[in-house]
Amino acid sequence: MTDILPMAGANVQVNAVGLSKNDYRGNPSTLCQGCGHNSISNQIISALYEMNIQPDSVAKFSGIGCSSKSPTYFLNRSFGFNGLHGRMPSVATGGLFGDHTIKGIGVSGDGDTASIGMGQFKHAVRRNVDMVYIVENNGVYGLTKGQFSATAEVGLSLKKQGVNQYLPIDICMEAIASNATFVARSFAGNPKQVKELLKAALAHNGIAVLDIISPCVTFNNQENAVHSYTWGKDHEAPLHEISFVPARQEILLEADMQDGEIREVELHDGSTIVLKNLDKDYNPTHRWEALKMLEEAQRENWLITGLIYVEPSKPSLTDTYNLVDTPLNRLTDEDLRPTRESIDKINAMMF
Amino acid sequence: MAVTKNSKSSRIVNDFSITVGTVNGSGSSTANNTILRALFKMGIPVSGKNLFPSNIQGLPTWYTIRVNKLGFVARRDEREIIIAMNPNSFARDLADVQPGGAFFYADDIKQPITRDDITVYPMPIKQLIREQNDLPANLRDLVSNMIYVGVLAQMIGIDLEMIRSALTFHFKGKEKPITLNYDAVVAGAEWARANLEKKDPYYVEPMDKTHGMIMADGNTAGAIGSIYGGLQFTAWYPITPASSLAESLNEYLPMLRKREDGKHTYAVLQAEDELAAIGMTIGAAWSGLRSMTSTSGPGLSLMTEFMGLAYYAEVPVVVWDVQRIGPSTGLPTRTSQGDLSFSAFMGHGDTQQVILLPGGVDECFEFGWKSLDIAERLQTPVLVLSDLDMGMNQWMSKPFEYPETPLDRGKVLWEKDLEELKGNWGRYLDVDDDGITYRTFPGNKHPLAAYFLRGTGHDEYAKYSEEVPVWLRNMDRLKKKYETAKKYVPAPVVRNMRGATIGIIAYGSTESAVDEARYLLDKENGIKADFLRVRALPFNKDVKKFIEKHDVTFVVDMNRDGQMHQLLTLEYPASATKLVSVAYGDGMPASAKWVREGILAQYKKPTAAKAAAAKKVVKAKAASKSAKTAAKKPVKKAAPKKSAKK
Repeated sequence: MTDILPMAGANVQVNAVGLSKNDYRGNPSTLCQGCGHNSISNQIISALYEMNIQPDSVAKFSGIGCSSKSPTYFLNRSFGFNGLHGRMPSVATGGLFGDHTIKGIGVSGDGDTASIGMGQFKHAVRRNVDMVYIVENNGVYGLTKGQFSATAEVGLSLKKQGVNQYLPIDICMEAIASNATFVARSFAGNPKQVKELLKAALAHNGIAVLDIISPCVTFNNQENAVHSYTWGKDHEAPLHEISFVPARQEILLEADMQDGEIREVELHDGSTIVLKNLDKDYNPTHRWEALKMLEEAQRENWLITGLIYVEPSKPSLTDTYNLVDTPLNRLTDEDLRPTRESIDKINAMMF
Repeated sequence: MAVTKNSKSSRIVNDFSITVGTVNGSGSSTANNTILRALFKMGIPVSGKNLFPSNIQGLPTWYTIRVNKLGFVARRDEREIIIAMNPNSFARDLADVQPGGAFFYADDIKQPITRDDITVYPMPIKQLIREQNDLPANLRDLVSNMIYVGVLAQMIGIDLEMIRSALTFHFKGKEKPITLNYDAVVAGAEWARANLEKKDPYYVEPMDKTHGMIMADGNTAGAIGSIYGGLQFTAWYPITPASSLAESLNEYLPMLRKREDGKHTYAVLQAEDELAAIGMTIGAAWSGLRSMTSTSGPGLSLMTEFMGLAYYAEVPVVVWDVQRIGPSTGLPTRTSQGDLSFSAFMGHGDTQQVILLPGGVDECFEFGWKSLDIAERLQTPVLVLSDLDMGMNQWMSKPFEYPETPLDRGKVLWEKDLEELKGNWGRYLDVDDDGITYRTFPGNKHPLAAYFLRGTGHDEYAKYSEEVPVWLRNMDRLKKKYETAKKYVPAPVVRNMRGATIGIIAYGSTESAVDEARYLLDKENGIKADFLRVRALPFNKDVKKFIEKHDVTFVVDMNRDGQMHQLLTLEYPASATKLVSVAYGDGMPASAKWVREGILAQYKKPTAAKAAAAKKVVKAKAASKSAKTAAKKPVKKAAPKKSAKK
């Protein structure tokens, strides 16, 4: 790795593992200017850089759609698999078995997840695949030029499509119903919160679903549409101020915080999410409360953001398989092929 | 005893079929397997085929055992001995017995015996099972099947010691079930000895034709073969008739890949559907694992889009398709070779898939490990097409052979390789000029190891590209790789016969039926046939040579449309007229009868054909001569006219 470290005197800032922010970047984005997805890509870069995560210890996964193109625009030094529409969860599920030390970062959209890929999404959630599952949610199909998605609100009117007749699917509710272990919602227009949630999600063992409302500047950004910047800014109601405290770093609380307002959630690696509740004593470790709150938000037309639910102690999918310590993809013939003697025993078993 | 008179008096030894008709779910499989094992242990070539409905309990099911001293163990239509345990199929079973055959039935079935050309043996099953004092009431129904085993053993001469040994094997040496079942067998045998008079001609006698052989089903063999191929990942979804392949992995992996630390070197995952099963398997293959999934027709259809991705993005995944008859849901418990054409081009756009076609249980084992080698060597999907008959029925076979070559992981670059290359590599860069490029696995820590796999257009460095030359280069290279594949896939098996006038091409589970048909064609019809069994796609040059060598080659397919015939015609258009399709698909395993009749129906005697051909040549020559003269004549005529004008 030494050959790619910045030259002495080059005055490039590096993180604790000696990498510059450039080492976390991808190719220039080909998405529309002002697309919320680009902002999310930038926060992924920052979160990994700030958490000192080696790019080779994460793998990127995506399906098909605008959101699924975005893994090209971050982490060039990470392996990636851009698969089929709605099938990212299955590829990631299998793809993370090769080296169980690798964390998955999946990027999907509302079409990719809530329509064609709903089944795979829920099963990946149920299996607690060790990955951050980001839904860049804009309520619309961008690449095919502006059709309704399953998360579009009823009554939304789009050029060429008319008026949407159907009630939207709430991705966070679906995730919780499928026994997700980490569910959060955010808004691409709130990059600080996106980054803190990403960090917490990366530290979580198992699947972390991030439903990020990411307005489509081209096809769905009317002022009154739920997935627009204006609506998001006006209706965003953060559950709490959130900060992520990495493991082995002292937790510094602001002096003016009252104890009753602070809730800490410790993650498996010893890191902590510190939540400062804003208006009520919300408990993100309680499934029923989470669902109730989402239901209320839906009724009241709030864009609730923050950590909605977390269950930090469940084993991830690869944990449950009790795999050898060496990554499976580095095993040798001796590990994999049964001995020559065993074949006689097998033949003797065949009648 | 109502024993009807048998007209035949001569003994028929080790050459007949036994069919047992029972109710699905009545637990007759232990009984039938016991008969099969005992016969096998007596050294008689034997096969066992289960003809079962798509149902859990209640519908009729049949188990057919064929003994054949010559070693032909394909299905036969003729049923010399039928054991009727099912009132619902009683009349049909009675009608199916060959004239001169034997009909055993449970005497609590009170239905008219309408035939006098067969021997009829009623069996007091209920009464005998009630007399088994040690037998708990809840086991009566299950064990009552053993009564017919005993009666049959007595009447045709199966060695009871072999039955005991078969039961010992089946119950893994557990004394209690062995005794309970064996006592019922003995009760049946003793009752038959005391009460039945042998009138039919069918007997078994010990031979030495199964020594060193094994008996297994293709799904078990394929699973174990994959384990010897270093299988690391399988995701699958239950479907008849493929489920037992993945289930066998669960049975044998813990035994064969046991480690002292109790940790696992593999993962088997039951997915939510076949879309996810193939997606997970492809994901695992991309991450550097030896990966396989198994399915059947409907599941294979669902896997199509992913198979196109794996072809285009070059992910080495193995897919076992244990074929059942389609289209659509079709007959889920009936066999077929109907997925061949579909598999060959599986995926939208220009797609060519590599296919392996195991012809027996030992080859299911061999192709189990070899398919993983070939997939990783070629970095492409490999389909292994088995079928229900091969996958789920019991076949006599040569033992499994330990692989003589180490695992072939293909072209893989790890950190040190990339250091040597100074990081100069491209995922799709054809440096060896064989169409096969180099790949890296996630977790490789070299800073230039990573690439972004995509199903979209990509250049040599896996970067997205819409450039025309890049697209064409890549597609041409994939074509070249398919050419390279011919070097790595198993070559066909050719068996020539001295004086052969025709060729036969077949594949998969029809081999034993074709072998028997060749024997009969020679013996009964005086037609000698060379035989080529295709074992893989793409075809290699031996297939071409074989077709060119014969005036006519019959292509045997167990499907309606003659799919192998279609593929051969496409591959060798110049020889297309020499290929004759013998295609039939009714869901039943192939029999020598339909192969032979299919060939005879289209067979033209070589002398007559040659004479006709010779005549045609003469006629054609004459025709062309006269045409030439005709063409010349006007000129000649015109000439004098012209000259006349002069």
